[in-house]
Amino acid sequence: MSDIAERVKKIVVEHLGVEAAQVKEDAKFIDDLGADSLDTVELVMAFEEEFGIEIPDDAAEKIQTVGDAIGFIKSNAK
Amino acid sequence: MFDLTGKTALVTGASGGIGGAIARALHRQGATVTLSGTRAEALEALKAELGERTHVIAARMDDPAEIDRLAKEAEAAMGKLDILVNNAGITRDNISMRMKDEEWEKVLQVNLTGTFRLTRAAMRGMMKRRFGRVINITSIVGVTGNPGQANYAAAKAGLIGMSKSLAQELASRAITVNCVAPGFIATPMTDVLTDDQKKGILARVPADRLGTPEEIAAGVVYLASDEAAYVTGQTLHINGGMAMI
Ligand SMILES: NC(=O)c1ccc[n+]([C@@H]2O[C@H](COP(=O)([O-])OP(=O)(O)OC[C@H]3O[C@@H](n4cnc5c(N)ncnc54)[C@H](OP(=O)(O)O)[C@@H]3O)[C@@H](O)[C@H]2O)c1
Repeated sequence: MSDIAERVKKIVVEHLGVEAAQVKEDAKFIDDLGADSLDTVELVMAFEEEFGIEIPDDAAEKIQTVGDAIGFIKSNAK
Repeated sequence: MFDLTGKTALVTGASGGIGGAIARALHRQGATVTLSGTRAEALEALKAELGERTHVIAARMDDPAEIDRLAKEAEAAMGKLDILVNNAGITRDNISMRMKDEEWEKVLQVNLTGTFRLTRAAMRGMMKRRFGRVINITSIVGVTGNPGQANYAAAKAGLIGMSKSLAQELASRAITVNCVAPGFIATPMTDVLTDDQKKGILARVPADRLGTPEEIAAGVVYLASDEAAYVTGQTLHINGGMAMI
């Protein structure tokens, strides 16, 4: 399961062009990692693709930190 | 210039006068096209004329489920969607005092809400692929107004505001969103005008003739092309000088 966290972090690094060290679980996409609102939409799309899940809009709105994303995917990935 | 080889396009209202000309022009530049509208026979006839690189998907633009299906099926049929031409449109003219709620709502629903829904559905793939062209067919009337067309003018003006907002949201992903605003064009939509009405209109057109669907299609081809990558949020007026704005 920890592999999920690694995969999420890798996607964040690739998409936002940030250093892996910055991608801590409590890092906020917008405030800490420099994402804009379109970036967050794209991250959600990338998570959906990587993990073969669907993240509904209301759940996506609550995903604000790296940890939120890992948490959601852990409880929803097959 | 304006080569569209390898590009894919969805044209709504392709069974109509202007939409048919747009589909032909995009196809001629090399694009694969999906033709949409409600009259399947008319769409199939155009497909038969165009031959290869053509798909038909009938869908109603006043039904949200149909619109989502159209976006999905068009992407599936062509493998991706690069160019979206929102051209389907209707009029329900009446002076405002007499305009019925249904006339107002229907025009807003097809011309404005339907366009927004289809564009939203198409955006996802465009964002992912970092390429997109959205071209909304508005009207001169959306800028100048026209007696008897409060509903239509509101919907067409709405398209212009919507396009400018989407253009700003999507510019960083290399997706452009523009409008083409025809003046008076010879199509079934304007065939219903009486000769007197036509004469009255021509008196206001410096070019002294109606425009042709092909002249609208040429503007769409330009905005769809790689050459127009730096043009976004704009309205291209094609109206024989009827309004200079
Ligand atoms: N002609 C002009 O002078 C003029 C001027 C300014 C702007 N425009 C705009 O140009 C566009 C094309 O007009 P046109 O002159 O080519 O008109 P048209 O020949 O009447 O074509 C209208 C098209 O819209 C489609 N359509 C209508 N209601 C629909 C619905 N509920 N769901 C799906 N498709 C629907 C029709 O499909 P079906 O027939 O298959 O139902 C048809 O293909 C419109 O947006 C119009 O407002 C035209």
